Amino acid sequence: MLADAARGFLDQKAPISHLRRMRDEGRVFDSGLWKAMAEMGWAGILVPEDCGGAGMGHSAACVLAGEMGRTLVQSPFIPTAVVATTVYSSVMDDRSRHALSRIATGDMTVALAVDEGAKFDPEHIESKAEKVGNGYRLSGRKRFVVGGLSADRLLVLAHTEEGPTLFEVEADQTGVNRSALHLIDSGDGADILFDEVELDGEAIMGQLGRARDVLVPALRAGQAALAAEMTGLASAAVGMTIAYLKERKQFGVPIGAFQALQHRAAHLWCECEVTASAVLNAGRMLDTDPGNAAMAVSLAKARATDTAQRAVQEGVQMHGGIGMTDDFDMGFFMKRARVAAEWLGDYGYHANIVAQARGF
Amino acid sequence: MAEETEDLRAFREELRAWLDQNCPQSMRDGRNDEASICWGGKNWQFDSEDQRTWLERCVTKGYTVPTWPVEYGGAGFDRDQDKIYHEEMARIGARYPLRSFGIWMLGPALLYFGSREQKLHYLPPIARGEVRWCQGYSEPGAGSDLASLQTRCEDEGDHWLINGQKIWTSYADKSDWIFALVRTDRDAPKHKGISFVLIDMASEGVSTRPIKLISGKSPFCETFLDNVRIPKEQVVGEVNRGWDVAKYLLTHEREMISAGGGVMGSGRALGAVLADSETGLSDPVLRADAMRAEVNGLAMALTLERYKDQAEAGQGAGDASAMLKYMGTELNKQRLEVLMAAAGADALTWEDDRAPSWLRAKANSIEGGTSEVMLSIISKRVLGLPG
Repeated sequence: MLADAARGFLDQKAPISHLRRMRDEGRVFDSGLWKAMAEMGWAGILVPEDCGGAGMGHSAACVLAGEMGRTLVQSPFIPTAVVATTVYSSVMDDRSRHALSRIATGDMTVALAVDEGAKFDPEHIESKAEKVGNGYRLSGRKRFVVGGLSADRLLVLAHTEEGPTLFEVEADQTGVNRSALHLIDSGDGADILFDEVELDGEAIMGQLGRARDVLVPALRAGQAALAAEMTGLASAAVGMTIAYLKERKQFGVPIGAFQALQHRAAHLWCECEVTASAVLNAGRMLDTDPGNAAMAVSLAKARATDTAQRAVQEGVQMHGGIGMTDDFDMGFFMKRARVAAEWLGDYGYHANIVAQARGF
Repeated sequence: MAEETEDLRAFREELRAWLDQNCPQSMRDGRNDEASICWGGKNWQFDSEDQRTWLERCVTKGYTVPTWPVEYGGAGFDRDQDKIYHEEMARIGARYPLRSFGIWMLGPALLYFGSREQKLHYLPPIARGEVRWCQGYSEPGAGSDLASLQTRCEDEGDHWLINGQKIWTSYADKSDWIFALVRTDRDAPKHKGISFVLIDMASEGVSTRPIKLISGKSPFCETFLDNVRIPKEQVVGEVNRGWDVAKYLLTHEREMISAGGGVMGSGRALGAVLADSETGLSDPVLRADAMRAEVNGLAMALTLERYKDQAEAGQGAGDASAMLKYMGTELNKQRLEVLMAAAGADALTWEDDRAPSWLRAKANSIEGGTSEVMLSIISKRVLGLPG
């Protein structure tokens, strides 16, 4: 039901042609679309009802993310409605409640600034927040902040003497220097330099030196939603490819009559099915047993990364020359899959977590 | 895990207590390899007194076929209860008391297509492990193209007369009865002239010859049917509609093979295997291969679980069972390649049981429909590609 409603809305308001138009106009954020998504209840899908949200779970968020993957919607959904919302929900003081209600109405977007290198590695960062009086002075350089260019607020991971801490920073604060990334998927991303940004003591999310408590659940929620998005992306790419195999004729027959292509298409479909199981399981685990969801989430992200990349690579190859053209949509799928593969941990990162959970 | 109801919790406790009391210690070693299986049948030699005791105790409770109706020798478990049964069995590492083609294949077919008389006659002996069945489908000229089978079955008035040859009949030399596909109408289109018949292996004219495989074992046989006579009532379903039964069974068989003998995900984690091996944890290539196999195996196990849940909700896997079979067997082969690589020279002798299982698994993507046939089924019936 949720999936049907989402699909109807997205087909109308945010088909792939919408992404193409945004790309052509050099825009990375459509505030009107995000407002409309908020009115559908999506911005507040995870926000508790008493803060004005829908109070639904991660499985529901994954359903939405999966539908967004099908039409390659670029929106603050995962950074704001999933990751930041999960951070605020695990803090739940007055400030957080206020933030949650503004997220639910679509009035505030938030991005998470963790990465500092070319690879996702939240355990190794160099940004620092020095204690100054009652507040902190934040310095560091963050890379690949997804949604970071248009975000109103940033959640920044930095070291303090007491250990890694998550800080809330207004994006227009003095000392915050954002530079746009021209991402291959036409999405919203920024590198951000924090140059002695003055923060008050209230800026700490959760406890000083305990970033992990608030960050880990939020990252898992984001990874699961991203896995769902990639699964939606993969099935859409496979669907387009199968449709093309039925319609394109060569040697006097539809190319889908050739067994060499049939078997590759069938294999892709199988991969999508197996990955879908892992994604469903991740959402279910986050909703029912979040403390033990690490392996389930990493399994989903690893599988989804693998499947989406396979789907787009095969998608381009089976479309032949037309798959290489900018006029055709498959390239958008390929570029989004590559960016999503890296964001919040690549295949190796997550496969390693699964392996560790399984004793190696 | 969804919350368990009061009833199911009580059910679990009762079952757990029964298992604790009745499962002999030596039957709790967690083995599910072919050598440890109790197949039953008229000629079955129990490996141990414990194996016999375990079977007998389970028979009295219907635990050899827990989901079958009580009147046919089962325990009448629903899906939730069956899941708990498997969880509790796994918890103590209990072996299955009995496994057989009668349980996996003929039973489900009879439950669906058999007459009441046939169910009452054939099912209880299967549940009790008294009669061992084998499957007669493939023929020398009918492998992937199964429906082209040529074994003739002629109406002789008061009986059927059967002539032909079956191949890849698993354990035919140890079985008491065979369920077979035979051609009852030579003029009909190939799928329409086939019937599903039951044959007593002790009948005159039935003979078998084991085929030695690369694993050194001979789980398969050639089975010859020369002027074999069977009573008229030994046809399951309608005459000339045997392909319906066969298709139903093949779907079932695919799901069974895809479960890979229960090793996917639920088996020993590859991590433990690597830790035991000489270079497993320090060899980056092996570790990477093992990680990929583990990721895929766990996702496959979740997929089997998802399809079982759907089946319980009345939504059969249908043609998607081809996906379960294809992915399950291919991934299992991938996993066994990692196990062999981890073990190195330790697994290269016939005394070690790893090489035979590794070799045996190569048949999994051939038997019950090859991987390529599965992909063709998916491409045509699921994806709707032409041809």
